[in-house]
Amino acid sequence: MKITCGQAADICNRSQYKESNFWERLKLRLHMAQCKTCKSYSRRNAKLTSLCDKAGLCCLSEEDKKGMRRNLENQA
Amino acid sequence: MAEHSLFPDQWVDRYADYLYNYAVARVGDIEIAKDLVQETFFAGLNSAKNYKGEASERTWLVSILKRKVIDHYRRSNSKKGKAEVRINYNTDSDSEGDWLEEQIADPFSKDGDNIMENEELGLALQDCIAKLPQKQAQVFKMKTIQGMETEDICNELGINPSNLWVMIHRARTSLMGCLNENWF
Repeated sequence: MKITCGQAADICNRSQYKESNFWERLKLRLHMAQCKTCKSYSRRNAKLTSLCDKAGLCCLSEEDKKGMRRNLENQA
Repeated sequence: MAEHSLFPDQWVDRYADYLYNYAVARVGDIEIAKDLVQETFFAGLNSAKNYKGEASERTWLVSILKRKVIDHYRRSNSKKGKAEVRINYNTDSDSEGDWLEEQIADPFSKDGDNIMENEELGLALQDCIAKLPQKQAQVFKMKTIQGMETEDICNELGINPSNLWVMIHRARTSLMGCLNENWF
C-alpha cells in the first residue's frame, strides 16, 4: 500500500483530470496522512484545477492557428 | 531606441490564444473573436514600420485589437441599429409587456464583479501559460482547456502517456508558482 512522493504526485495529477481509480486515490489518501508536503501539493493542485475552471479559458485549435499562420504568410 | 522588436512569424504561437481570450471576453462570440484576432495580425503586419519599440510586442498587439473591437461594435451599430425606431421597448418575446422596472440590473447582484475577476484570472493564467516551455504549454492546453483524452494527445504528438504526465506535472507545478502571489 505504500507509495513514494513521486507516485503520489502522479496520482494527484491524474485525479485532476479524473483519470485515477479508487485504489490509487485510497493510496494517495494514506500517503497524504503521513506526508505534509504531498498534502500541501494536493491542495494547491486542486486549487489550480478550480482556478482553470473558473477562468473559463478557451483557446484556438491547431487548425485555426495553422490557417492564421498561412494567411499571415500570404499577406507578408 | 528600440527596446523591443517585432517577430511576426511567431505571433500566432505566442499571442493568438491570449488575444483570442481577450476578444472573446469582449465580443462574446467565438467566430467574431477569431476574425478580430486575424485582423489584428494583418493590421500589425501592415503597420509594423510604425512600431516604435516602446511597448512590448504583446501590448502593442492588444492595443490594435482594442481598436478592432471598437470597430466591430461601430459596424454592428451602424447598419440598422441607429436608424431603427423601436416601438417595443422589449423585443424579447418571453418578457414582452413586462414592466421596465423589472428589467433593470439587480443592484445586489455580484455577477459583474465575478465576471471581471474571472476575466482577470483568465488573462493571468494565459500569461503564466505563455511562460512555460512551448511543448509543456501545448500539452497543458490540450489536456486542460480543450479537455482532450490522454490517448488522443499522445497520438497527435507522438509521445507516450508517462511523457505526457511528466509534462503535465511540470506545467502544473510552474503554474502554481506563477499564480501564487495573487491567486492562491
